[in-house]
Amino acid sequence: MTQYIVLSAILFTIGCVGVLTRRNAIVVFMCVELMLNACNLAFVAFARQHGNLDGQITAFFVMVVAAAEVVIGLAIIMTIFRTRRSASVDDASLLKY
Amino acid sequence: MTFWILAPIMVAAALGILFVRKAVHAALLLAVVMISLAFLYAVLDAPFLFAVQIIVYTGAILMLFLFVMMLIGVDAADSVVETIRGQRVMAVVLGLAFGTVLVLGISQVTFGVVVGLDEANAGGNVPAIANILFSRYVFAFEATSALLITAALGAMVLAHRERLTPKAGQAALAAQRMRDYAEHGKPLGPLPSPGVYARHNAVDTPALLPDGTAAESSVSRVLAARGTVRSAPALADDIDDVRRQIARFDGDDPTAMPETSGKAGAPATTEEDVQK
Repeated sequence: MTQYIVLSAILFTIGCVGVLTRRNAIVVFMCVELMLNACNLAFVAFARQHGNLDGQITAFFVMVVAAAEVVIGLAIIMTIFRTRRSASVDDASLLKY
Repeated sequence: MTFWILAPIMVAAALGILFVRKAVHAALLLAVVMISLAFLYAVLDAPFLFAVQIIVYTGAILMLFLFVMMLIGVDAADSVVETIRGQRVMAVVLGLAFGTVLVLGISQVTFGVVVGLDEANAGGNVPAIANILFSRYVFAFEATSALLITAALGAMVLAHRERLTPKAGQAALAAQRMRDYAEHGKPLGPLPSPGVYARHNAVDTPALLPDGTAAESSVSRVLAARGTVRSAPALADDIDDVRRQIARFDGDDPTAMPETSGKAGAPATTEEDVQK
């Protein structure tokens, strides 16, 4: 039981560091997906721990929301790429000025 | 047992996402993590989530990632320039601290005995999930349907591009082609295909024009950029060689044949000529 939660924590941390360090918007997005997956693993592990299926239902909803989020996020990345010819998160800084 | 095989693979692949330069490699490593996660779900008595993880995550979401990557350029490597000084180091330090705190905190907790899902999954995992999903969580389920429709609409709106210029019709295209011919001499018809009137009909051999020069436009620009196009003087020499052979069969003097290679630098004489 503990080992699943520890693995989930490690994956979440790696996703976190990835979001902070990577520059390519798509890779940043992948790291967000990694964090969501890590949370799902914890949910499923806790569902087995407590002997009810609510955790699995939550993981299922997380997957649905992640799918919707990916669709919108990738569409936004594509739109930004189309206007700025770059997928780097540093280049989309026009709101600063 | 499955866990101890899969966990190092997952951590290694997840760390790989941080270090690989190309986004495609990151996507493939993420696929490794997600498939391993699906097997962990199967181990954790969640066969429904095992299937959903493979179908939705590795099947749909990762394919979408790869699709967008193909659209915006596969070889767009990550820049290593730091815009905020020391940000990378700070991120790694903070991440390590965060991970240490999480892992230490979790290892301090005792979770008690694992109840297990044998009782909850008694009538099968999928019927049990359906029972809960369509009773207690039915409102959340309906809300996700609204969310999915909104997401689909949003994606359509975001990906839609308004046409700013009128679409060029057939008449306009034809007029443009004639104008190009009149002003720049661009050929009206299709470009000559490679290998025409040359000794070889391979795609890397430029077509020979009636005067013996090579038509540069007959070879693909990709081959020209790679520098694998056979050179024109050598080709013209091939032609001369053929003519010499024909002439020898006819018993004529090969030097009496008119020189065909209009290209400068083409050797007019060969060893046989020198011997004579």
